[in-house]
Amino acid sequence: MAALLDKRLLFVTGKGGVGKSTVSIALGLLAARRGLRTIVAELASQERVQGLFSDGGGEQFRELEIAPRLFTISIDPQQAMEEYLRVKGGTIGQALGSSRLFQAFAMATPGMRELLSIGKVWELAQLDRRTRGAAPYDLVIVDAPATGHGMGLLRTPRTFADIARVGPIAHQGHTIAETIADAEFTGVIAVSTPEEMPVNETMLLTDELAKDKLALDLVVVNALYPARFEPSEIDELNGALTRTRSALARSALRAALSEHARAGTQREQRDRLSAHVHARLVELPYVFADHLGQPEIELMSDALEATLGAPEGVS
Amino acid sequence: MNVSEMLEGKRVCVCAGSGGVGKTTTSAAIALGMAAQGAKVAVVTIDPANRLANALGLQELENEPRRVEPARLATGALEVKGELWAMMLDPKRTFDELIERIAPDPARAEEIKANRVYRELSTAVSGSQELTAIAKLYELDQEGQFDVLVLDTPPSRNALEFLDAPGRLNAFLEGKALKAFLRPTGMGMRVLGRGALPLLMGLRRVTGIDLISDLSTFFQLLGDMTSDFSQRAAQVETLLRADSTAFLLVTSAAREPIDEAIWFAERLQTDGLPFAGVVVNRVHHDLLGDRAPREVRRSLARVLPPGLAVRVTENFRDYHVLAQRDDHNLARLAGQLDERRLLLVPQLDDDVHDVAGLLRIHRYLFASQAERDRLVADMVA
Repeated sequence: MAALLDKRLLFVTGKGGVGKSTVSIALGLLAARRGLRTIVAELASQERVQGLFSDGGGEQFRELEIAPRLFTISIDPQQAMEEYLRVKGGTIGQALGSSRLFQAFAMATPGMRELLSIGKVWELAQLDRRTRGAAPYDLVIVDAPATGHGMGLLRTPRTFADIARVGPIAHQGHTIAETIADAEFTGVIAVSTPEEMPVNETMLLTDELAKDKLALDLVVVNALYPARFEPSEIDELNGALTRTRSALARSALRAALSEHARAGTQREQRDRLSAHVHARLVELPYVFADHLGQPEIELMSDALEATLGAPEGVS
Repeated sequence: MNVSEMLEGKRVCVCAGSGGVGKTTTSAAIALGMAAQGAKVAVVTIDPANRLANALGLQELENEPRRVEPARLATGALEVKGELWAMMLDPKRTFDELIERIAPDPARAEEIKANRVYRELSTAVSGSQELTAIAKLYELDQEGQFDVLVLDTPPSRNALEFLDAPGRLNAFLEGKALKAFLRPTGMGMRVLGRGALPLLMGLRRVTGIDLISDLSTFFQLLGDMTSDFSQRAAQVETLLRADSTAFLLVTSAAREPIDEAIWFAERLQTDGLPFAGVVVNRVHHDLLGDRAPREVRRSLARVLPPGLAVRVTENFRDYHVLAQRDDHNLARLAGQLDERRLLLVPQLDDDVHDVAGLLRIHRYLFASQAERDRLVADMVA
């Protein structure tokens, strides 16, 4: 774990609905607690991370401190483009930045939004920030889009470098692609729930990453139900269900049997995942709560710390 | 209401929602139910779980609907009077077929398919799944072989992406933005290489010239086809707005998916798209109400040893938190929509991976309100 938090840029990805945002923030809290100036960046139109801690209030495209040393930002491709043109394009860039036609063109170009977003992520991770007067971060955690899109995001710089071949976009694309390929600098974390589809996607992600010679650094198995009952107790629960006439007792027994079945299926899926993926696997318990707010996310941070606190290779 | 009532007189059912809420299984269960009632139904899925795909005999390589063999559906629990057909969408292939269909000749189609900009565009996940899903839906509707088409939308994190992404990609294909950008020269795309205007020079400087020449080659290849894209986009739009089309939202009862369902329903109404209802999956029901967990333990004392009774009570207390959460979120949803348009499917003991699993969901989707209440009551206690 020490090694994971020593990196400068972490991509957190996984299928929709598995808890990427909460895991990103929990990891961010953990890093910040350890003294790292950390930012969790989400890509625009998600706006979930900041919503977990506040209502955002339209300030989401700026770097906001939501806890000591922990910042968040929602990256908007359009804003990223204006910023890029301002800094890199000189007067012509500024003219372009204010041209609505140019913006419409750039935003419509396939892959351009991804390139601009990842370009901003890259900028956040630089010690010498392009943004004037901006302080550097020790760690940038990217709450990336769902797996397929996330993989596209990681590939975009290389694709653009190849398409553009020469010129600033090619140069920028190459630089970012090299940063992503640098395992000392960049890490990839997959979040999965122990269910069939998310597990399939995580397995696919491992294979896709391998094609690009990237490794998965960590797999977070999120929302694992507790195993409260022994298989031998199930007969007892079923027996009780036939004997009792109390509706309340029956309801409780049904819930117990249902959760036991789910907990069992979840463990099968977790085992299927761990058999396929060579990365380190950590489990986070299912949080029984109305919604995941700050106290719940802090508990997840504690759980991550407890599992990840050990030196690498020991689990 | 149930799904039959919501889809009365509809030929196209689009199942939309954020990722991880059971869209694919819901789409398949709806298609099965409509087929059971006697219709010839095709369900277009994007990315079904392997086991479900196998259970339906779905093959990835075909990109055309194939009939699910009646033997696979013959469980004894439901008589299927009509026909269920299913397909798994291959976005890249659908895109290629679209180009082949509208290209003036095969040679041009091959040139376009080999173009670097096209290759990036047709495989970039963002937008191409959404665009091709709708293209396939439109094509199947035009062919008119089915009574009902059910579309499972791509697994994006954000449900709205399904409405927005095709427009973005279409706008690019139509070349409007690029043409508009080039208009000041009045000389079309050929002038690009010379780039007289400062804006054009800036574009070259910022992007790199090869990207521009690739793009201009691409649009030259597309030529008149761009107007076909515009025309198709308009026809697809007409199909999505038609009275015979229904958008069904699929969600779970957790907070964020419910928020998204509310936004999505508002958006459908703003855009004048036909909204049919919301299927809420994985709803936790219990009978605790306002009673204290202590009462549960007391009620269990007579039938279980104390240690086990304590754990069952703890489990129930946790389960109750989820039941309350779901109640609260459903109340919020009902406050925004017509309550009759909500269809609740309870949290089941296992994920759906076969026809029997589809039938478990089907029962809730196609039952009358009274039957559904009874099913839930049976399940809960």
